[in-house]
Amino acid sequence: MSQTFKKETFRDDYTFSNSPEAIERFPFPFPEDEYMYSVNIEPHVKTAKGTITEFTIDIDEHYVAECADKEITLSKDPDRFLSLPHMMDGQWDTLELMMESMSNDYPDLFSLTKEGNNWTWVNKPLGIKDTFVFGDATSLPMEPLNYIGRQVQGDWVVLDQRDNNLFADAAIVTSQADWSLAIDVGMSYKEWHGPVPVANELGVFDRALKYLLNLQLGTPVRRLNWTMTINPRLDTSPETYPLWGPDRLKVTPENVGDKVHLRVELQTLFRLPRSNGIVFGIRGYLISMNELVTNPHWAKRFHRVLKGLHPELAEYKGLSFKDMTVEWLSKYDDGKPSE
Amino acid sequence: MSHLNVKVAAIEQVTEHVKHFTFVSEDGEKLPSFSGGSHVVLALNIKGRIHRNPYSLMSSPLNTESYGVSVRKQELSRGGSVFMHEQIEVGSRIQITYPVNLFSLSKLSHKNILIAGGIGITPFLSQIVDLNRIETDYELHYAYRSPEHGAFREEIEEMCGDRSHFYVASDGNVIDFYELLGKQPLGTHVYVCGPEPMVNAMIAAARDLGWPEKHIHNEQFTAPQIGESFKVKLAISNIELEVPSEMSMLEAIEDAGVDAPYLCRGGACGRCELEVVACDGSIIHHDNYLTDAEKTSGKKIMPCVSRAKCQNIVVNL
Repeated sequence: MSQTFKKETFRDDYTFSNSPEAIERFPFPFPEDEYMYSVNIEPHVKTAKGTITEFTIDIDEHYVAECADKEITLSKDPDRFLSLPHMMDGQWDTLELMMESMSNDYPDLFSLTKEGNNWTWVNKPLGIKDTFVFGDATSLPMEPLNYIGRQVQGDWVVLDQRDNNLFADAAIVTSQADWSLAIDVGMSYKEWHGPVPVANELGVFDRALKYLLNLQLGTPVRRLNWTMTINPRLDTSPETYPLWGPDRLKVTPENVGDKVHLRVELQTLFRLPRSNGIVFGIRGYLISMNELVTNPHWAKRFHRVLKGLHPELAEYKGLSFKDMTVEWLSKYDDGKPSE
Repeated sequence: MSHLNVKVAAIEQVTEHVKHFTFVSEDGEKLPSFSGGSHVVLALNIKGRIHRNPYSLMSSPLNTESYGVSVRKQELSRGGSVFMHEQIEVGSRIQITYPVNLFSLSKLSHKNILIAGGIGITPFLSQIVDLNRIETDYELHYAYRSPEHGAFREEIEEMCGDRSHFYVASDGNVIDFYELLGKQPLGTHVYVCGPEPMVNAMIAAARDLGWPEKHIHNEQFTAPQIGESFKVKLAISNIELEVPSEMSMLEAIEDAGVDAPYLCRGGACGRCELEVVACDGSIIHHDNYLTDAEKTSGKKIMPCVSRAKCQNIVVNL
């Protein structure tokens, strides 16, 4: 495969956009006209060419620009990478998973050569070549998860499993939808899902936790989640709220198509071999309303989903611009039943 | 459920009743890495029917060129261990699951007390490699019947040095759990694997001494037992089948071509839990997963180890 990487930004002048091919493969997450939480977990198996799950880890046209944006966020706030002392095995497991899958799936972009524990990693798009000793953290310029997390799109949380629970004890997080790593690090599964409305009452999290505690090596799983963002901004963390929160008030009927974005998260979960932990990947895909409505079926469906959205979910997701967006989308909905 | 295809590279008679099997990948590749305390489930084709038995991985997690498991021959069992001892040869091909860990070390412990009884030593061998690697304090206390039953003692002495302690019952030595657990520093975790009475005695002593529940760990796989045959109706698949006396309910369901979920096959993990819609007799629970209240309710069954004493039982599958 040959991949060209776009030059674009996710802050300040916001030059991010999707090519027609990127729109074509966008993971539109709504199978029905109504949305409600469910345990929508499925095996993370490889799918057809041209889909975002063709490979274990998706590298797309935004790869280089997203990694550059990560570097900016991490340089301003180094605490976007945090790891508790007992997580070193989990960090190495994660590095191995990423390097192996990326080099196997994209051999013209990445390569991994092993001579015993001496590994050489080449990342051509980012111009990185390093030789290090697997398992020896002093042989890398930074901790393993911090090192590899900068070279993969999305956020990655390594969970420790103990006491029939999961704990977010290490992570590299630079594109989170308004949650704070500094607050959540070390928290248990139920603690970090505590604020989510409705889903707790549905028992969704209890069932999902039971499922995840039994997640198996060699059988990763995935699900889609979604929210909305104003401007194609990756770093929507509480720490930088003053930089992006007020943008919600700048949405007008004239600029909805340009400013309002659907943000879909491909969440993947892998059991890790040596640590018996789990790595949780949260990979965001952004699409502006102007781009979304190039697909008439999506335009119509998203109009209906958003119009009927449970008020508590809209509140939790911070969608103060929902009504304006519904109004803007209404011209794409002919009112006929969905196919 | 992901599987690995392996072949037997070596077999060693360790004691009178214990054989050690070395597996290598059929394609010659390295096997997946794993964590100390993991097990794999072996699919054994016994007289045309697939039996699935879990065994702890006892080879080093640092070297996955091969996996090692040890099997104690259980004469009064459904035949899995006898089959391993009598039918499996060097070169035999077996399908195994990816490693699963239901007996993992707590990464927050300051010290670990490992207590093994007999063949219950197996999960500790891989844990010891991990503990040595991450340089965490531990002691191994290994009890067995008589000198000739002390499987792997030499390897253990080499791996653990003066951290290992041996208790030979025929010499009159047994582990005094109160004495052992009573002198441990705060932040110690205890792990036990062995015969049920030993596991229960250790847990009782730890609780009695006020150890926090989260610091007490046990690996208590129950082997499926022989029982009376009974009929099962799968409500969703709309299939009726009979569970013969020497098969588990889960095996009989699989034999009928239904892909039922499972992980440990020892009544420990909860993955195979089924909802009981109706039962014209009683359920004989053998698992360690359901609570007493759940067992009494008769609404749930763990088909990997439990059976029913009835004419008909209907489950949601």
